Amino acid sequence: MDFTLTEDQAAILEHVKEFCDEHLAPKAKETDEAGVWPAENVAMLGQLDLMGIPVPEEYGGLGMDFLTWAMVGEELSRACTTTGAVFGAHLLAVFPILSFGTEEQKQKYLVPLAKGEHIGAFGLTEPGAGSDAGAVATKAVRDGDDYILNGTKIFISNGGEAQTYVIIASTKPERGARGLSAFIVEKGTPGFEFGKNEKKMAYPSLPNRELIFTDCRVPKENLLGREGAGFLVAMRTLGVGRIGMAIGSVGVARAALEAAVPYSKQRHQFGKPISSFQAIQFMLADMATELDAARLLTWRAAWLKDQNKPFEKEAAMAKLYASEVAMRVTTKAVQVFGGYGYTKEFPVERYMREAKLFEIVEGTSEVQRMVIANHVIRELG
Amino acid sequence: MNIVVCIKQVPETTEVRVDPETNALIREGIKGIVNPFDENAIEAALQLREAHGGKVTVVSMGPPQAEEALRHALAMGADEAILLTDAGFRGSDTLATSYALAAAVKKIGDVDLVLCGKQAIDGDTGQVGPGMAERLGFPQVTFTIELEIADGKLRARRVLDDLFEVIEVKLPAVVTVVKQINEPRLPGMRNVLKAKRAEITKWTAADLEADPTQVGFDGSPTQVLKVWPPQKRSSGQLLEGEPDEVAERLAGIIKELNIAPR
Ligand SMILES: Cc1cc2nc3c(=O)[nH]c(=O)nc-3n(C[C@H](O)[C@H](O)[C@H](O)COP(=O)(O)OP(=O)(O)OC[C@H]3O[C@@H](n4cnc5c(N)ncnc54)[C@H](O)[C@@H]3O)c2cc1C
Repeated sequence: MDFTLTEDQAAILEHVKEFCDEHLAPKAKETDEAGVWPAENVAMLGQLDLMGIPVPEEYGGLGMDFLTWAMVGEELSRACTTTGAVFGAHLLAVFPILSFGTEEQKQKYLVPLAKGEHIGAFGLTEPGAGSDAGAVATKAVRDGDDYILNGTKIFISNGGEAQTYVIIASTKPERGARGLSAFIVEKGTPGFEFGKNEKKMAYPSLPNRELIFTDCRVPKENLLGREGAGFLVAMRTLGVGRIGMAIGSVGVARAALEAAVPYSKQRHQFGKPISSFQAIQFMLADMATELDAARLLTWRAAWLKDQNKPFEKEAAMAKLYASEVAMRVTTKAVQVFGGYGYTKEFPVERYMREAKLFEIVEGTSEVQRMVIANHVIRELG
Repeated sequence: MNIVVCIKQVPETTEVRVDPETNALIREGIKGIVNPFDENAIEAALQLREAHGGKVTVVSMGPPQAEEALRHALAMGADEAILLTDAGFRGSDTLATSYALAAAVKKIGDVDLVLCGKQAIDGDTGQVGPGMAERLGFPQVTFTIELEIADGKLRARRVLDDLFEVIEVKLPAVVTVVKQINEPRLPGMRNVLKAKRAEITKWTAADLEADPTQVGFDGSPTQVLKVWPPQKRSSGQLLEGEPDEVAERLAGIIKELNIAPR
């Protein structure tokens, strides 16, 4: 077992940390409160070659592994959770095209995504298909050289800003989940419009839009993977996406811990810094321990992915645990700050609201437990 | 355009510590960064290359670890890096440093423009650029905030205390730049990885055919006797009372401090 970073990982992380400290963290509050797409941050991610970390160089990527992608994700999320969320959602389009795309699809769509010239989004969720992803009702009907899409997606991160959308639709409704197929749809395609942008508990600057398809013609060349493989494409994508959500959780939890510790040393009550009280110390100890455990689970899942080993269960474990750790750690951080923690003067109340998302998105905690239980019962039953 | 940028690795922190024995800055344990003004010089060079074509070579004189600074310049997009490193260079003051750097520029040959930062944030002398110009016999433009090249001539806007000065010089020239000239680009990770693997040319004093009496301790007439962090400025004294009375007391203090013009 070796936890040492490779020289390349170390070099990348050093630069990314510097970038985060100089360019993201100082205006994270502003980025959040603006309620507008963080275009400048996203452009910088492209300039830094961070939008295609696990994409081979021949497709415009950095040719690094998913572990490096995850480590960068932690830094981004820690410095500016919104930017981290854009980075995470972008991969949900990058990954399925990388894994299932034809050479033409890769040249046309993956290259600009990996270079950060285009932003990606992934549309699975619908009003009637949340946890039950197989219940997708958006239809894609073959007509000559096209498929005609009809239906509505909701909550889609990067929606409206992204140029490239990976959309899960049903080509054979009678076959349920096995009748789903994945498509690449470009922004601007006639019949593809954006609807409501959700107002949320946090991340006002992250768009979560409705995608509305009305007789939207998509050329058959944009079918991603085989017809009927849509559920597989979606599950594989969410598998990697869960590593992203886990590391996003680690990032926001770390931001909370890193805010709580100095505050506890500087805040005096009863004539002493509150960090001298065991009650506070024990909170900090639990926060630090759980944070490390969450990170290690996440690294393991990413490492398994990089070794081409099965990682679905481990990614679900990492996502489940890390998201719940993020909730506990950020809640404790608010507690350490006391009344000040409840105010908008300090970032910890925002971290707590942001952390909650990770227990819901890309499969709720309940869904992760179902996935994990399926594996455990199969393996040990 | 054949451009040379001279850069220096400086300690990151502004909290410098000084070795009481040697009066030298303690550099151990402090991360080295590219002198911030030199980053502007690199950026200016890259922009000129983008506009006119050519090549950007970065040169630094320093210990082996100054390689890191050169790799940063390569990551930003410089084409080639040369480290002047030799035990004989140790102790070089600005006179000796400008001698060695000028020798490197001559060895590179056919150089159209030498760019430097206006000064290094550790020594703060601002002497190396002008020193090189003198050694090379090139015209010099210091404190440059705008720069443009046309028909073999360089037009520069210099920022002085209370005025700008626009001057034109013939190439080759030495130009030092201020922070406001540009926003240094963020190095992309692809270049960072490429720079990590890049070959860095190393030149010794012998490679430069340097006169040993002109470099290192022997070539450095400047002796640093003492270095210390500036005294923290006190927050000042607030005089309260009736205007007449306060004026009286203030005049007394000024007289006492002996700072009034006579
Ligand atoms: C900010 C944000 C960003 C998002 N981004 C995207 C995106 O980019 N792309 C995309 O496709 N989707 C996206 N989503 C959607 C997200 O993935 C879904 O909200 C999530 O999967 C849950 O689905 P649901 O909201 O329909 O909840 P439901 O499925 O209705 O769940 C409601 C509750 O019931 C529980 N539950 C449901 N089924 C079971 C069961 N069988 N056993 C036990 N408990 C169960 C759930 O755990 C939950 O507690 C986003 C959502 C948000 C809030």
